Amino acid sequence: MFDDLRDLYQEVILDHGKNPRNFGRPAAFNRTARGDNPMCGDKIAIYLTVGEDGTIQDLHFDGRGCAISQASASLMTEILRGKSMKEAEALFGYFHDMCTKDEDEQGDHGSLDEDATDKLAVLSGVREFPMRVKCATLAWHTMNAALHGEATTSTENASF
Amino acid sequence: MSDLLNPTLGNAPYDVMRVRQDFPILTRLVHEKKGRAGKPLVYLDNGASAQKPRQVIDAMSHLLEHDYANVHRGVHFLSQRSTDLYEATRDKVATFLNAPSRENIVFTRNATEAFNLLANSWGGRFLQAGDAVIISWMEHHANIVPWQLLRDRIGITIKVVPVLDDGSLDMAAYEAMLTPEVKLVSIAHASNVLGTVNPAARIARLAHAKGILVAFDGSQAAVHQPVDVQAIDADFYIFTGHKLYGPTGIGVLYGRKELLDKMPPWQGGGDMISTVSFEKTTYREAPYRFEAGTPAIVEGVGLGAAIDYVTALGMDAIQAHEQRLLAYATHKLSEIEGLRIIGTAPDKAAIISFTMDGIHPHDIGTLLDRGGVAVRVGRHCAEPLMDRFGVGATARASFGLYNTEAEVDVLVEAVQACKAFFG
Repeated sequence: MFDDLRDLYQEVILDHGKNPRNFGRPAAFNRTARGDNPMCGDKIAIYLTVGEDGTIQDLHFDGRGCAISQASASLMTEILRGKSMKEAEALFGYFHDMCTKDEDEQGDHGSLDEDATDKLAVLSGVREFPMRVKCATLAWHTMNAALHGEATTSTENASF
Repeated sequence: MSDLLNPTLGNAPYDVMRVRQDFPILTRLVHEKKGRAGKPLVYLDNGASAQKPRQVIDAMSHLLEHDYANVHRGVHFLSQRSTDLYEATRDKVATFLNAPSRENIVFTRNATEAFNLLANSWGGRFLQAGDAVIISWMEHHANIVPWQLLRDRIGITIKVVPVLDDGSLDMAAYEAMLTPEVKLVSIAHASNVLGTVNPAARIARLAHAKGILVAFDGSQAAVHQPVDVQAIDADFYIFTGHKLYGPTGIGVLYGRKELLDKMPPWQGGGDMISTVSFEKTTYREAPYRFEAGTPAIVEGVGLGAAIDYVTALGMDAIQAHEQRLLAYATHKLSEIEGLRIIGTAPDKAAIISFTMDGIHPHDIGTLLDRGGVAVRVGRHCAEPLMDRFGVGATARASFGLYNTEAEVDVLVEAVQACKAFFG
């Protein structure tokens, strides 16, 4: 019945959705933000440890949401560990474009870690499901808010 | 418009396949794509908004093509014609609710606006700091937020009747809450999430014994069962047109005349005034004083056609049909391991909210949609209730007068497939 949904729900997504990595509030962190998608009830919190040099040394998340939002958050925590703030922002811009724009309209986000972009590609299927884009981008918006010292973000306030 | 009705339908056995023929949208396929056959639409999102019968669509088109002009002000032929058709809906709504008079019926944009009217006009005039309004845990945000805005403005308090584990209203707690500072009880007649039908007559009787007024949110109840505002002794009763197979943009506030007469206008402008000068303006009598500006004329006529339609089928017959569907769907879904139905009160409208172990409702929604099944997923504008049942969201199948047992089977099959997909 759902064959063509495999584009959206790839095995990697189902795996991360069921067994999210870096899940739970860590004992130590120095930046955090909560994200909320009031339309579907997803709530997420991101916990960052940012070093003095601006490197994301550690990041975790918790909260609840659909397979897409949990998998996206889980993948993000794997991808961003060890990245600079600047790299994180660039990857956020890349990911946002990937979820919302056709390939020929996506912006230039500079040279990016190929391992990271390869990993993110499993989520490109959401582009065909406009109602699910916010599920995929919630974790990234929340990470971005934490990075910039904002306490909360909502899918209804940001331009997702 | 009486030629659009089929007077024989009222007494005939309920023929759902014939009813379905009245709804053009039900024949369409969804997710049709090159190289992929579409799926027949199984529309189970009636609690959010119902589809429209040909009779409603035709009434609206007919007005626009033949009879349209502004209402209440012109002396010309078409203005009179539009006014007659639009105002006829006020009579139809009065009959539909068994209201004493057409003057009990105020048109609004939707149920939400009706609650805002009630809070601003009645609440703004008759409530003061320290007074309390009772609502319940199962309210839609439309019956929560207007009272909170009033609370923030004038300092009323809001008391919330708890909900029992099966989704019934805690009537013992309700009775204990009816203290002297309470001036109004404003409660859902039926819950949009749980399906619970609350004992409206008893709620009103207990409140009235203490001199407290009662308003009901009938957005879900009025579409699933007959409503008699005098039998339940409602002081106010609110519903919206688009869930009753009518168009969006038109809702209803029923109010007892002596209450409406004492309520001040809440929006000013044309149509609601008697005389206007820069020194002093006087207002028309109720219900017109609450209807500022050009109303939703086409939508009003559409609502009239929708009421004609459901009346011809018979609200009793619709209720009986939907109750059969509810029983069948409840039985079938309950057999699925790991599926939890939220809301199992004895008296329910045809609404089933559910969650599934290990699968988020949002994912359920996307998968069911691919099977052609339209359900609502999320918080259903009832966030406190989600918290009460410890769920972030639910999936909700809400049935309408055109749904069939075969569609329930498609739903159940899709839920099973969903379970296998994520299993």
